[in-house]
Amino acid sequence: MTAIATQQVIDFSYIAAVIGFILALKWLSSPVSAMRGVLIGEIASGVAVLATLFDPQVTRYKWIIITLIIGAAIGVPLGLVKMTAVPQRTALSHAFGALSAALIGIGEYYVGTPHLTKFEMLEIGLEVIVGSLTFTGSLIAAGKLQEILPQRPITYKGQNVVSLSALGGAIVLMLILMVHPEYTHLFQAMIVVALLFGVMLVTPIGGADMPTVISLLNSYAGFSAALLGFVLNSKVLVVAGALDGASGFILSVIMCKAMNRSFTNVLFGAFGQVQVSAGQAAEERTVRSASPEEAAGILAAANKVVIVPGYGMAVAQAQHKVRELYDGLTKRGIDVKFGIHPVAGRMPGHMNVLLAEADIPYDKLLEMDEINGDFPQTDVALVIGANDVTNPAARTDPASPIFGMPILDVDKARTVMVIKRGMGAGFAGIENPLYYMDKTLMLFGDAKNFVGSIVRELAGGHE
Amino acid sequence: MPADFISSLFVFILAGFLGFELIKRVSPLLHTPLMSLTNALDAIVVVAAIILAGRHETKLSTLLGLIAVAASFSNMVGGFLITDRMLHMFRAGKAKKP
Repeated sequence: MTAIATQQVIDFSYIAAVIGFILALKWLSSPVSAMRGVLIGEIASGVAVLATLFDPQVTRYKWIIITLIIGAAIGVPLGLVKMTAVPQRTALSHAFGALSAALIGIGEYYVGTPHLTKFEMLEIGLEVIVGSLTFTGSLIAAGKLQEILPQRPITYKGQNVVSLSALGGAIVLMLILMVHPEYTHLFQAMIVVALLFGVMLVTPIGGADMPTVISLLNSYAGFSAALLGFVLNSKVLVVAGALDGASGFILSVIMCKAMNRSFTNVLFGAFGQVQVSAGQAAEERTVRSASPEEAAGILAAANKVVIVPGYGMAVAQAQHKVRELYDGLTKRGIDVKFGIHPVAGRMPGHMNVLLAEADIPYDKLLEMDEINGDFPQTDVALVIGANDVTNPAARTDPASPIFGMPILDVDKARTVMVIKRGMGAGFAGIENPLYYMDKTLMLFGDAKNFVGSIVRELAGGHE
Repeated sequence: MPADFISSLFVFILAGFLGFELIKRVSPLLHTPLMSLTNALDAIVVVAAIILAGRHETKLSTLLGLIAVAASFSNMVGGFLITDRMLHMFRAGKAKKP
């Protein structure tokens, strides 16, 4: 084939890839067609990669093939991680995606300089800044999720000023480079500052805000790919980046709404710093606690049970025990559903994946808006490792830092049972009045063990 | 402003709006697989990495391109693999089963 004909084949393969990407997302609208979506996405990506290998600009193959194999060798284990490790894996893949986009931009800069136009320099500069900050930001997020780094927000005085000056500094360096693209040391400085800004951006953010942050980093990773598409005039990158960026952006908006907070508040608010009305906590209040036998007895007598899982269920890896509980109760003819808050866990959809892993049918997993109307008719709401998302103060106490946040109305159920390790306040340090209600029973213990004990009691024949 | 930029901007805006409409329809049930799938699709930057490495212009650009090939291809392989695994786990209740 002539070079021009080859180029056309490549271009058409990219168009085919774009069609595949769009269909992949379209078919993800329902679990029934989603598998088909993944398949078409795989085919589309495969076709695009294969076609690119025939690009006449590609002259030496040996190292490309070797690095593709290395990439696959890294990718396979990352694709086989346990479901509980999915949030950190996702953060890591944002880091990899942003890293490659940044490195390509850096490569293009060194190839092009000093003959870059102002506009090209602007595109490359922005692309490299977004890619670099997303890379380090995602690494920090992954470190926090893997608990290599502390999940608590790390803050200091004047933090926001320092962070924003770093971002401003990177942009100023880029502007200077637009006039003098040959100042390569400024380019290096710009990269370093952008990398630092990524660290500063995510370090102050606590674990409970991770669903928003991970979505936001998702969106940045997408936009860095789209910007790279602008740099290289590659439409397939522009489309893939725009789709990914839009996806991350929508998810961040959903997460923010679910916490009744704004982007700026998540990024610069350092939730942990919010001072709780401390006086309230001082007064001694009593809680009622119950043993696994009592809990099993109450559950066995119920007609309708709603289980509300949270991050604590993921930490205790209790999802398989929860499944046994679900089976045990369903066998007795009890109606069991799950109420899932959008920000339960550490990333969007985290609880759904864990429960699906444990083989719980997805039509039993209901979103907050779907389940909230059911609580008044619910005999038992069983909260497993969730805290703030069930805090009625969000509805009733204007002084509460989470006032206005949409919650699961478990307090409207006839009986509430909360499995919790101890009486410590939730992640954000906010008291939960739910625990002191007359209808609430606290089940103290590790989620996995406690649910296991209830299951044994139920199996022991409690009728 | 270069013509290339304008045409890319057209594509970007159209794709962005399309993405909005498509992703709005994704069930919250599947938000985790959505994120891993878009990650895998985003790994299409591997084509740019292959070209940068393959052009072999300077030692540095080739090296950067090769690292980018490994990083993005690992995302492509890992992203599709884990999305596939996750979606296999979602099954309907007994009532819906044949």
